[in-house]
Amino acid sequence: MNDNTTVNRRKFLQTGALAGGGLLLSFYMPALGKGLKRVPPAPATCAPNAFIRINADNSIKILCGHSEMGQGTYTAMSQLIADEMDADWSKIVVEAAPAHQDYFNPGFGMQLTGGSASAYSEWERLRKVGASARAIMIEAAAKKWNVPAAGCTAKDGFVLHSSGKKISYGDLVEAAQGITPPTDVKLKDPKDFKYIGKPVKRLDTKEKTNGEGIFGMDVKIPGMLVAVIQRPPVFGGKVKSFNADKAKAVPGVQQVVQIDRGVAVVATGYWAAKQGREALEVEWEDGPLLDSVEQRKLYKEMANKPGSVALKEGDVSAVTGAAKALDVEYETPYLNHAQMEPLNCVADVRADGCDIYIGTQAQTIDQMVAAGITGLKPEQVKIHTMLLGGAFGRRAIMDGHIAAEAVQVSKAIAKPVKVMWSREDDVRGGYYRQFSHHKMIGSLGADGKPLSWLHRVVCQSFMIGTPMEQMAVKNGVDMIAVEGATELPYEVPNLQIEWHRGTEAVPTLWMRSVGHSYTAFAKECFIDELAFAAGKDPYQYRRSLMDKHPRLRNVLDVAAKKAGWGTALPAGRARGIAVHESFKSFIAQVAEVSVTATGKIKVHKVVCAIDCGPTINPDTIKAQMEGSVVFALTSAFYGDISFENGRVKQRNFHDYKIMRINEAPVVETHIIESTDTMGGVGEPGVPPTAPAVANAVFVLTKNRLRKMPFPADVRKTT
Amino acid sequence: MISLKVNGKNYEVDASPDMPLLWALRENLELTGTKFGCGMAQCGACTVHMDGNAVRSCVTPLSRAAGKNIITIEGLNDDIAQRLRDAWTAEEVPQCGYCQSGQIMAAAVLLREKPHPTDEDIDYGMAGNICRCGTYQRIRKAIHRAAKASTP
Ligand code: FES
Ligand code: FES
Repeated sequence: MNDNTTVNRRKFLQTGALAGGGLLLSFYMPALGKGLKRVPPAPATCAPNAFIRINADNSIKILCGHSEMGQGTYTAMSQLIADEMDADWSKIVVEAAPAHQDYFNPGFGMQLTGGSASAYSEWERLRKVGASARAIMIEAAAKKWNVPAAGCTAKDGFVLHSSGKKISYGDLVEAAQGITPPTDVKLKDPKDFKYIGKPVKRLDTKEKTNGEGIFGMDVKIPGMLVAVIQRPPVFGGKVKSFNADKAKAVPGVQQVVQIDRGVAVVATGYWAAKQGREALEVEWEDGPLLDSVEQRKLYKEMANKPGSVALKEGDVSAVTGAAKALDVEYETPYLNHAQMEPLNCVADVRADGCDIYIGTQAQTIDQMVAAGITGLKPEQVKIHTMLLGGAFGRRAIMDGHIAAEAVQVSKAIAKPVKVMWSREDDVRGGYYRQFSHHKMIGSLGADGKPLSWLHRVVCQSFMIGTPMEQMAVKNGVDMIAVEGATELPYEVPNLQIEWHRGTEAVPTLWMRSVGHSYTAFAKECFIDELAFAAGKDPYQYRRSLMDKHPRLRNVLDVAAKKAGWGTALPAGRARGIAVHESFKSFIAQVAEVSVTATGKIKVHKVVCAIDCGPTINPDTIKAQMEGSVVFALTSAFYGDISFENGRVKQRNFHDYKIMRINEAPVVETHIIESTDTMGGVGEPGVPPTAPAVANAVFVLTKNRLRKMPFPADVRKTT
Repeated sequence: MISLKVNGKNYEVDASPDMPLLWALRENLELTGTKFGCGMAQCGACTVHMDGNAVRSCVTPLSRAAGKNIITIEGLNDDIAQRLRDAWTAEEVPQCGYCQSGQIMAAAVLLREKPHPTDEDIDYGMAGNICRCGTYQRIRKAIHRAAKASTP
């Protein structure tokens, strides 16, 4: 791998500006595979393994196989390595690793960032990687000093000897050459951690506050053109014919080429490409014409019939002597990830290789897809992972279509190209979180405890028909589609979870917290309904049914306590509670809510308790909880992708709204100290928020909000 | 050719006068710190200063930007900018970071106009800037921190 090809972009720009006498048309090479500004190239480097480069200037570069999309993984992964390595944190720089099997996620068998899995899947491996580098430094120093390694220790980037001798890691780069990395290393006792578990400062803040961070969108390589693609207006549609005459007449437009997913207008820049596309004439052969009103009716009908059984305990149909019964329905819409950076990809296909610059969550897939299109070997396809301007799952796609489009265009025009998506392209581009319908039937005994619980989910599967089908599907049920419903933490003697596969009219995909994003809404609102039906306090009611789930019950207690559950609130305010396990983490939230005179929900505060086992960076965990709550509230208040005549109705942020600062609540996070199994933090903060808010609104209005997004006036039922 | 003055430097850009300033900044001048988020004045990712006002460069045609004094995140280097960056770092605001150039550009104008903004001032001044990562709570804290750091 070539680490020294970076051109200092600022400097290059200045030079270019001077040389050009004002008109700047020069190109720059973006730092290859980089995410961060780095130190100048060092004269010598020691590479103890695929993840670490120790430079003679004492800087230590960490190559991170996980994509940085805001979740703080560059920092967290570096903490694991730096701590065991006894490195000096101020000397750490991080950059994206290339696509290579050395960086495969140990849990997934490929390079993929998702499932909130980075931290727990690397907890062992990267600490060992760091410890091994530390051992090499110690051995190098011992060799240099001609002393036994046993008399040496390491601290803050130096090896120290009992005699008082001291040498920096950078000065050991040469002595370390040829030393075999030890296979058996001892890891630190957690009490000796210096960076792990501490709110270490993020490594990427500077470049994210001065405009220097390079996202996929910012990449420019020599000779690169810009393309936008006219995709079918209806999912499943195809190009029948097109006329490019008018498009080509737009100044700047160079070529118009058809690719698998549509027609690409290639130009000297985005504006010209976009105008060219507006002038392009395409005749389409439409796919099935989905209509949201019809789909809702259909799903409702399906929900009334028995589905495939995902889980069965006792017999829900044989319950006798119930004192009360509830039969209700919940619904959630299709959702667009709406990551802040519209999708994009740069591809440079040549006879001898292909370079791809992309903010991707799935390097291995992109590499394979590009190899398939170009006929190159996977190792001839270089993936340069750029900073991701948000992702939430949208950039982890099994068909690799974002990269595939760019590769096909570059191949067709034999030039490097950046394919850019407008916000409208992105909003209307599919791969949505599924539309879902939920039938919930429950009954209570005379003591108020649940006797039976039936949760029937109707939604599409994005696993069936992919290589992950085998892993996900059991007895005809996509277990990812019903995740969260099948892990009911409440004691119910008769339990049944069922699934109907919904109509496959729209490409769907995981979105932050995946199945939990809708199952937790139905589950946590329904348990609240049961609590009120039983005449019990919803916190105490949940708690009384959770004996077998101590970690979950503990976060519930902590959240309730910290939120002052049961204490008086200012007039017009109420609290709602929800608790959910996902991605191996346990989270409870209490939302403090009021309703305005016009029926609009105001969320004042969300108190969040999380047990994710050992923590790497508590501040990152807090940031993820804050972000998750806002993400979930956006879905609860606004998120809705709907269809008419097969077309997506929404276009941009004016009709696909995102929560703004004036509506964002205060989020207070309490992290449980725990040595238990480690869990993720990027997603599990999402599921409890919407139900906690809906449950609070019920207290205020006596209306149950069973459909997302919530109505603009919550005093009215929908 | 359109004459632009960006971050104190003069440029001649060969582009149509109806092209939004955003694309001249990003593609012609290679100042990619200014981001594209929506292209219709909804998200604030493309915020720059034009003669001291925060404007959405995605809907500002070059014809309107010509001859004006334009500052982008790369050229925002006054005392307020320094305080904002320090506060952004202290509060660990950015997550993905994509919206943050725009947030800082908007916050800089807010602080210039209201050196000690209230929460309501912040709501009003910053509501045009979407952060999909949901860093709002930290943006609020950081603006208050930056305000406090001013030397009276
Ligand atoms: S890109 Fe200009 S406001 Fe969104
Ligand atoms: S930090 Fe990601 S959109 Fe604001």
